Amino acid sequence: MTGAQMIIEALKKERIEVIFGYPGGAVIDIYDELYKNPEIKHVLVRHEQGAAHAADGYARSTGKVGVVLVTSGPGSTNTVTGIATAYMDSIPIVVLTGQVPTKLIGNDAFQEVDTTGITRPITKHNFLIKRIEDLPKILKSAFYIASTGRPGPVVVDIPKDIQQAKGEFNYPDEIELRSYNPVYEPHVKQIEKAYSLLEQAERPVLLLGGGVISSGASPEAIKLAELLNLPVTMTLMGLGSFPGEHEQSLGMLGMHGTYYANMAVANCDVLLAVGARFDDRVTGKVDAFAPGAKIIHIDIDPTSIQKNVKVHVPIVADCKRALTRILEIVRRVKKPKRYWKERFKEWWEQIDIWRKRYPLSYKKDPNYIKPQFVIEKLYEFTKGEAIIATEVGQNQMWAAQYYKFKYPRTLITSGGLGTMGFGFPASIGAQIGNPDKLVIDVAGDGSIQMNIQELATAVEQKLPIKIIILNNGYLGMVRQWQGLFYGKRYSQVKFHILPDFVKLAEAYGAVGMKITRPEEVEPVLKKVLNMNSLVILDVHIASEENVFPMVPAGKSTTEMILV
Amino acid sequence: MEEKRHTLSVLVENTPGALARIAGLFSGRGFNIDSLCVAETLDLTLSHLTLVTHGDEFIVEQIIKQLRRLIDVYKVVNVTEEKKYVEREMALIKVRAEKEYREEIFRICEIFRCKIVDVSPRSYIIEVTGDREKLQAVIELLKPIGIKEIARTGTIAIKREKKSP
Repeated sequence: MTGAQMIIEALKKERIEVIFGYPGGAVIDIYDELYKNPEIKHVLVRHEQGAAHAADGYARSTGKVGVVLVTSGPGSTNTVTGIATAYMDSIPIVVLTGQVPTKLIGNDAFQEVDTTGITRPITKHNFLIKRIEDLPKILKSAFYIASTGRPGPVVVDIPKDIQQAKGEFNYPDEIELRSYNPVYEPHVKQIEKAYSLLEQAERPVLLLGGGVISSGASPEAIKLAELLNLPVTMTLMGLGSFPGEHEQSLGMLGMHGTYYANMAVANCDVLLAVGARFDDRVTGKVDAFAPGAKIIHIDIDPTSIQKNVKVHVPIVADCKRALTRILEIVRRVKKPKRYWKERFKEWWEQIDIWRKRYPLSYKKDPNYIKPQFVIEKLYEFTKGEAIIATEVGQNQMWAAQYYKFKYPRTLITSGGLGTMGFGFPASIGAQIGNPDKLVIDVAGDGSIQMNIQELATAVEQKLPIKIIILNNGYLGMVRQWQGLFYGKRYSQVKFHILPDFVKLAEAYGAVGMKITRPEEVEPVLKKVLNMNSLVILDVHIASEENVFPMVPAGKSTTEMILV
Repeated sequence: MEEKRHTLSVLVENTPGALARIAGLFSGRGFNIDSLCVAETLDLTLSHLTLVTHGDEFIVEQIIKQLRRLIDVYKVVNVTEEKKYVEREMALIKVRAEKEYREEIFRICEIFRCKIVDVSPRSYIIEVTGDREKLQAVIELLKPIGIKEIARTGTIAIKREKKSP
């Protein structure tokens, strides 16, 4: 069997149904095998960055591994932003890159680049295959490493002569790597300590991060919160792990979190953080973050613990298993629900005061479309059942604040790297992985232009994605910072030329619509959501609308700018 | 918090790129490498790497965790924490050795148990082994005579076994 055939066979063994890619000289052999194996669907993108984001969106929305296939040199460098995006958010993707023949490596051959060197700091692991005998084991390892422990991207660089070489295909069913042994089961003592802290707590908060979603721990988190009557807040990556409209949900915390979530965390005495890594956008000024709290931190990655904040009870474990163990104690101890209700009554009264004082809100205006209103209507009309991808910036924050994500894996957003141009290609992957769901990309006029070429991919694949551009003619988030902290010096954030998005959609064979008046929002949005084709809805919003609340960078999370 | 010197003993898969991963981890995350020594072990599939770094307690904890997180890293031991360990460094020092200095050089070599491994009419090469302080002392004493060149290894370290069973 040739190396190229082995790659296809390995994909079949891993039950890969779809790959996202772009051919080129160094992967022609693999493409030749794909031609003969139509059971593996290949989505031909228009730029390799789109392939990486699409595989990422597929992985985020389905929980399966996303696969990318690109050529050497520029093919591989074009995926770099996509790989880094997946790395920062711990998303399992496997990127197969072509490489020049082994004897040419290091010679500055045509389309040669040191792919493993470039991707080393942005992958969980990477491989350069130098012998055909190693190919099956390396591919197995790649899928195993990507999808286990704290998930992440893995790159496999495959020289052209290895693709053509013949060898025996011994694909292992299971693999053990002596230097890689993720810990899943929590330490019993630590679980007991965690429970006893919760038992002693007077003002507890449950903080859920992306790890809850990737480990499938949402049901356990909901159960624990409900049994113990805990207030729940989520990081951006954690949205959807707890229903946004649940009465115990305080929504998102951090820089653009709700007033009451930030106040609750700042005043809590026990913070149970699950699968969150205390990123600077969450903590604000670290010294002032949850200053009076004993922190219990559950995370599968030991490096996340004690990295940014001091933790009292560290628990290295899979979030789902750790929460299951805590729940076992809760059930054993058998304190009735009303005990917890009573116990945290005063705490909830305080939280409700905060909720009433500064609910999430915005000023209505009869003359301009408010972006928050658009997202509210989006939530209302989709009943929270849609998958929402976002770009990065104001559009992302408004979506996070006003769409009350009901389920895990329904928010597809670049949290860690903050990659503009992520949302649309990611929604291609999400739609392919979820053909029966409504997939919406909440975009800005800046971000959408960063991977606009993928319109061709989406139309070709007949994907009925809805792109809602919150168009303010600005790079809105940077403009907001310039307005608030740089004396309104709007440096290079105004687009004097924007494409006519309606015509642009039409040029690609999609439907384009535009609205400029508040009264158009409801009827047109309804219509768009019911169409069975790709639609760009260009929504001209109030151009200088800001995202609030906002914690200025480096400030304490209680120092919020509210309006 | 107090910054301390730590010697880490790291066993890593003997694969291409493993060293680059470790070096990249230190530069990418802003950790310090004071010295680094790599050699094969009895098991040819593993390399032994002795790495000296410094930082406060939290930084060193992060460094160790980040090292363990690398897929190719098999084992990390902070030998400084083990307290009982042997640490050695070696230096080759080329020193001026005109007649009038030779006696002084012999004396220093004798006191510090150095070896003279190469002799030419105007210079000697001295081999010295020991901990950092010893090497530093020898270097300081030879400086007035005139050091022409120095080559130093990094630190290597190994844990002592328990004395009583």
